[in-house]
Amino acid sequence: MARFKQRDIISIRHFNKEELLYILDLSKHMEGYNHTDILKGKMLASLFFEPSTRTRLSFESAMNRLGGTVIGFAEPGASSTAKGESLSDSVKIIDGYCDIIVLRHYLEGSARLAADVAGVPVINAGDGANQHPTQTFLDLYTIRKTKGTLEGITVGFLGDLKYGRTVHSLAYALSHFSTEMYFISPSGLRMPKDCLEELRQRKVTCHETESLLGISKKLDVIYCTRIQKERFADPVEFEKVRGVYRLSKAQLEEMGTKDDLKILHPLPRVDEMDESLDGTDFAVYFHQARNGIPVRKALLASVLGAIE
Amino acid sequence: MKKRDVSATKDESVIGHVDNKLDVSAIKDGSVIDHIDSKSTLKVATILNIQDEERVVLVGMNLESKCLGKKGIIKIGGKIIDQKEVNKIALIAPNATVNIIKDYNVVKKFKVAVPETIEGIVKCFNPNCVSNHHNLEPKLHVLNKNPIRLQCHYCERVMDSNDFVLT
Ligand SMILES: Nc1ncnc2c1ncn2[C@@H]1O[C@H](COP(=O)(O)OP(=O)(O)OP(=O)(O)O)[C@@H](O)[C@H]1O
Ligand SMILES: [Mg+2]
Ligand SMILES: [Zn+2]
Repeated sequence: MARFKQRDIISIRHFNKEELLYILDLSKHMEGYNHTDILKGKMLASLFFEPSTRTRLSFESAMNRLGGTVIGFAEPGASSTAKGESLSDSVKIIDGYCDIIVLRHYLEGSARLAADVAGVPVINAGDGANQHPTQTFLDLYTIRKTKGTLEGITVGFLGDLKYGRTVHSLAYALSHFSTEMYFISPSGLRMPKDCLEELRQRKVTCHETESLLGISKKLDVIYCTRIQKERFADPVEFEKVRGVYRLSKAQLEEMGTKDDLKILHPLPRVDEMDESLDGTDFAVYFHQARNGIPVRKALLASVLGAIE
Repeated sequence: MKKRDVSATKDESVIGHVDNKLDVSAIKDGSVIDHIDSKSTLKVATILNIQDEERVVLVGMNLESKCLGKKGIIKIGGKIIDQKEVNKIALIAPNATVNIIKDYNVVKKFKVAVPETIEGIVKCFNPNCVSNHHNLEPKLHVLNKNPIRLQCHYCERVMDSNDFVLT
């Protein structure tokens, strides 16, 4: 049995296949307006040392919809860290005010540190470039919901694969499901070597290419990420790749795709997906963002022991 | 354990020849850490907090060794060092041997072993890791002992011997 009660949610690596599926099944159960009082009397401390509108609001919304309450802050200026208090001191104190902590912090490993010092469970809502496990749960949930299965599908990861933590975590999670993976990126933004090595060790068939040309018809899912201008020393280089990694309806029609291709994006997008895609059946990114609610409801309910 | 002719090494003030090689003085009871990669000797001494010892401590460097070329050696009089304590040095002196001496004889001998978790000796190489801020003691999990691969307890980064930094 998957056990989640009082467990910290720090890294997607800590969950085996059975546990991933348990949360996905529970998320399905959490769609819509139900279970409205199972977290009555429980309090969430939402500690955002780095701003994030969607993650923070979807956690707070999920908690409220299950009947719980929320305290916290949305930027470090509002916390006592601004007065020089250490993260572990802050967490030790807040630990006494709540039943569960959701933490977003710019330093990598901060969620692990918080979990080590807190008595209540800690959910990592993003620690620097390291992990953002609830995003991965919702990405998996979206893929399974729109494709019907996670087993044996072919997924293309497109864009900035070097710095995109959502890509690293999702690829790792999908490695439980015999997924074939294409990594499509400019040469300077390729998937890190150790990530690829780890995937290959886990028996994933991995391919690396620089464009969708020639492989577009093989893909069941495209997971698109933003290419940030700051990553390029030379702005001319940026302008060159920007067009290549910009998806549009016309471009996909020209290259040819599976009819039931689905395109995901962790959002916010800048211009890597043309608005012409928004109305198509391919586009599931807005839907994906909405899935943050049932997935976070499922995690909160199971960690707080409201559901067995 | 084998018996030795201790007459040549008994006098602690002289440098004696043991097994036909130049060695530092003999001790009656205590511990000898042998086969230290010579360049790491002082680092090992620091990790074992030898500067705080009040007992006799002898440190030798650049001694001849068949297997290491040049080796270092540390002898601590009157102290029986335990395996756990000495494992702390395994990362920088992987070939080290510990000899427990009783009445001038080696009564116990063991090799150092890399522990499962390493606390406080090596730093995570990731500048953005929480362990490099907030005055935390670094903590790394050993994924593989030979070749050495460590994973930061906090930021999950994996590093090999080229990446990690001694504190
Ligand atoms: N009484 C002593 N005082 C100080 N050092 C000693 C004493 N007895 C042995 N040693 C040192 O301890 C180490 C191990 O001694 P041992 O007699 O086992 O030598 P060895 O056979 O060369 O061992 P190894 O195979 O580990 O190299 C040597 O470096 C030796 O000089
Ligand atoms: Mg010898
Ligand atoms: Zn680290």
